[in-house]
Amino acid sequence: MSKVIEGLKYSKDHEWVKIEGTTATVGITDHAQDALGEIVFVELPEVGADFEAGDEIADIESVKAASEIITPVGGNVSEVNDALEDSPELINDDCYGHFIYRMNDVVVPDDLLDAKGYEDYLSTLK
Amino acid sequence: MAKTTPLYQEYVDYDGIKLIDFGGWLLPVNFEDGIISEHLAVRQDVGMFDVSHMGECLVTGPNACEFLETIATNDIGPLNEGHVVYTMMCYPNGTVVDDLLIYCLKKGTCYFVVMNASNVEKDLAWLRDHVHEGVVIEDLCDVAAQIAVQGPNSELVLSKIYPKASELGTFCFDSNANIEGYPCLVSRTGYTGEDGFEIYTSCEGGRKLWNVLFDLGVLPCGLGARDSLRMEAKLPLYGHEISDTITPLEANLQVFVDLDKPFIGRDALAAQKENGIPRSLRGFEMIDPGVARNGYEVFLDGNKIGYVTSGTKSPSLDKFVGYALIERKTGLKFGDLVQISIHGKLKNAKLVKTPFCKHGKIS
Repeated sequence: MSKVIEGLKYSKDHEWVKIEGTTATVGITDHAQDALGEIVFVELPEVGADFEAGDEIADIESVKAASEIITPVGGNVSEVNDALEDSPELINDDCYGHFIYRMNDVVVPDDLLDAKGYEDYLSTLK
Repeated sequence: MAKTTPLYQEYVDYDGIKLIDFGGWLLPVNFEDGIISEHLAVRQDVGMFDVSHMGECLVTGPNACEFLETIATNDIGPLNEGHVVYTMMCYPNGTVVDDLLIYCLKKGTCYFVVMNASNVEKDLAWLRDHVHEGVVIEDLCDVAAQIAVQGPNSELVLSKIYPKASELGTFCFDSNANIEGYPCLVSRTGYTGEDGFEIYTSCEGGRKLWNVLFDLGVLPCGLGARDSLRMEAKLPLYGHEISDTITPLEANLQVFVDLDKPFIGRDALAAQKENGIPRSLRGFEMIDPGVARNGYEVFLDGNKIGYVTSGTKSPSLDKFVGYALIERKTGLKFGDLVQISIHGKLKNAKLVKTPFCKHGKIS
């Protein structure tokens, strides 16, 4: 059973978002890291770049597959998790403890799920 | 509905197993330890793979050898009993139908042929379409299980249940082996670049053998490690380095092609050799990080010069590596840079010598 954390928002593309005022922190969910397997590379976005919700923002490569991260929120990239450049496997170890990027001036779409909604969505994927 | 192998029930409940559909077969991509650990276990110790999905047939009859000679790129005639040969079979245009192992059970008249799971129907149809008078092709796919035991300690561990393991030379086999009461064909072959054995037996024998090897501490490994191991060792995969659009000469497999005998595709290959082989399979190492996967385009000075056939992050080298089929006229040397388009970004890669890793040694 994939771990889902209360208090975060979730996308159907399996990203989690922590929204604090006008900033958002984004990572991938336990379901996503488990499906990908051992992560070997994360292509991080550039700090300062603007994205709209639904844009491809980053790439995650595991031994077995490549996956695009579709940003669940729009905004301006204010910070990326540099530790992932050398140690992408940190996401496998603790996907909720290691974010991928942060954004300022975020635009949050209406269709993000809460923890319960995401759990329900995961149960439909079985 | 994906097919399952005779061994599926033995491991499906292992913790951490991840299954994938591989050419219509539901097979483990990895077990609990993950692809990288399984890969390194095979490089440094020993691991086992359920490869029962591979196809097998028996080719028998007074003209069996003559028939195989006409379809195989490699020379089958000199093959003696107890010896295995790697070969391909080609279309008349020189591209590849499949790659095979051919086991000589009785010189001239009886051969055991192993083919890729995804090509079984096509291969059997190809063999039957070209078969000679007095040759019988018997499909053994559904009655055979196969376990590959691979790694530098494979002889040590297999000797505990098959004492003659140490007597088998590379590319030799024993078709009269008996392990735990089950008749087996034990072959000193593999697809990992390490020492190892491939054991063919009945479905029931396979289930027993899997559990016996497991109890001896052999680590179960999945298709993920099998793929990264074969890539490091420069072993081709059908649909990637060889296919119905690639010739063995382009894939640098000329050592398995005997142009001095007639076989289907021979004339096209001889002409290609004469007129210049248009493409060449080259190994590369990424300078800019990223996994270059099958089909990604390769550029030189902005011009497309080829595409990636396979790529991975090599667990042994801890580097991103792969192979690309590149236009030969570029004349690129080792150390030269090319650019690979990964998710829309051009990333630098350097051409390097291969194999990347074999017998535990990094090239």
